[in-house]
Amino acid sequence: MNVLTFIHAFFSDGSHWHGYDGIPTRLTEHLHYSLQALAIAAVIGLPIGLITGHYGRGGNAIALVATGSRALPTFGLLVLMVMWLGFGLGPVMIPLVVLAVPPILVTTYEAVRSVDPSPVDAARGMGMPESRILLQVELPGALPLILGGLRSAAIQIVSTATIAAYVGLGGIGRYIIDGLYQRNYEKVVGGATLVAVLALVTLGVFWAVARVAVSPGVRRSG
Amino acid sequence: MIRIDSVTKRYPDGTVAVDRLSLEIPDRSITVLVGPSGCGKTTTLRMINRMVEPSEGTITLDGVDISRQPVNSLRRSMGYVIQNAGLFQHRTIVDNIATVPRLLGQSKARSRARARELMERVGLDVSLAKRYPYQLSGGQQQRVGVARALAADPPVLLMDEPFSAVDPIVRKGLQEELLRIQEELGKTIVFVTHDIDEAIRLGTMVAVLRTGGRLAQFAPPAELLSSPADAFVEDFLGADRGIRRLSFFPAQALELKKTPIVAVDSTAEQIAARTTPETPYLLVTGLDGRPLGWSEPEDLVAGDIDVARLLPYGRPFAYGTDSLRAALDGAVLSPTGWAVAVDDAGRAVGVVSQQAVGEAIRAAHAKGLTAAKVAG
Repeated sequence: MNVLTFIHAFFSDGSHWHGYDGIPTRLTEHLHYSLQALAIAAVIGLPIGLITGHYGRGGNAIALVATGSRALPTFGLLVLMVMWLGFGLGPVMIPLVVLAVPPILVTTYEAVRSVDPSPVDAARGMGMPESRILLQVELPGALPLILGGLRSAAIQIVSTATIAAYVGLGGIGRYIIDGLYQRNYEKVVGGATLVAVLALVTLGVFWAVARVAVSPGVRRSG
Repeated sequence: MIRIDSVTKRYPDGTVAVDRLSLEIPDRSITVLVGPSGCGKTTTLRMINRMVEPSEGTITLDGVDISRQPVNSLRRSMGYVIQNAGLFQHRTIVDNIATVPRLLGQSKARSRARARELMERVGLDVSLAKRYPYQLSGGQQQRVGVARALAADPPVLLMDEPFSAVDPIVRKGLQEELLRIQEELGKTIVFVTHDIDEAIRLGTMVAVLRTGGRLAQFAPPAELLSSPADAFVEDFLGADRGIRRLSFFPAQALELKKTPIVAVDSTAEQIAARTTPETPYLLVTGLDGRPLGWSEPEDLVAGDIDVARLLPYGRPFAYGTDSLRAALDGAVLSPTGWAVAVDDAGRAVGVVSQQAVGEAIRAAHAKGLTAAKVAG
């Protein structure tokens, strides 16, 4: 039996498509965790990245935070959080957010730093307030790179949110962990396939967002 | 009036960019700040809109110290044009130009209508309104930069090497456009350049700065060329300042000779009548009066002049509008040593020898006829 037969067997089994442990339920749970983690990470990473990028200060601190948090093992952090905080969604969110903030923060900072300085100088010289310079001149120019940072964060979250199943929560990780425990490899491969597909869908969603959100003037010139 | 009063800019590392500079920038005219790199010209310009704050001294605008004015409203009252235009890549041309009116709280529709009006004023086709900056040439982008600076109709325009990054032909077009716009709008323009020719071409007053941010000379261009204050200014003006100075003397000072001009269909009597001892050549014109070329009188066959055998007449000068510089150029370029003067329609109105141009130059220098500035 090869992987393709496992995949076929998993997805053609009608019992996997409904109910408490069905694919729609697990997918919804997985998306729920992922979006929540991404939202929290973006709320932390984007403003800090934008402001430090605009003023050009704190680059070293950002690099330090980024390297430091990348060195933290996600799974180890999960176990630590569960020991500290007990079971629940919080201990799962923390490692996911810690995973996602560095790519968002670092790319946002770098993206704003790399914006052509002459429109910024022109904007300041014509009396644009700093907040508007950041939001109306630097952000639109930096947007393609910022979206790139968000995209890599989102893909990492989607693939790593499987850890929620380790601490009794749902999501696609359920199939992988339960399958390993039950020696049901059909389930393991099916779950892994779902994660892979979800990562590809995420890529597609970000591509579409970039099409809509990035100005044609920036897309073509950058 | 903008008055710069013993302004110094010293950076924390001790570098002095501008050293006790005092300048009175007259209203409704173009004042050019020119000098080699490191002379503080850009720093001086940027102190006027407080992009740089002076270490000492004051700058007043219409008698009010600019350091007491809210910085953003001060900047909105001054148009600002920079070297690479600095357009917003994510905005269309019309929205780039509408930036300052929008900042001042005008409606989108009104700002855009104003932006389209300005596109025409700076010589841009309105069909470009919906394009993005990357779709425009360097020269067109710079026109957008000028239109954007003019959008809120500020009384002052600050221009920091605006035409340095485009090729010489486009630059000349942009300079002419600026002079034309200035004639219509009469702004107080402060213009920074490192190009002395551009300074002389555009400036009503030219401030030459030397390295270290000191003022070397502040004078109208003709005076700068006729009497440079010191060896630095003289050196900066370049070797041919005498020739360039001729741009300030109108060619109308020349006395034209009308006799040695014959039409292509002339008779033998007409050719003989126009041949005089002091003019060894005759200028042959077409039936429309435009010059065709030079010939020695004996080579002309009445009624059958061979146009292909005529000597070239070089570059004619326009008698009414050109300067002595153009006349001298015409005389030097002509193989016969005689320059051809034409009217606005290109018809030959007279000829003048190198010697006569030389005499006119001496006379003009003697009279110091430096008042009128003539193009070319």
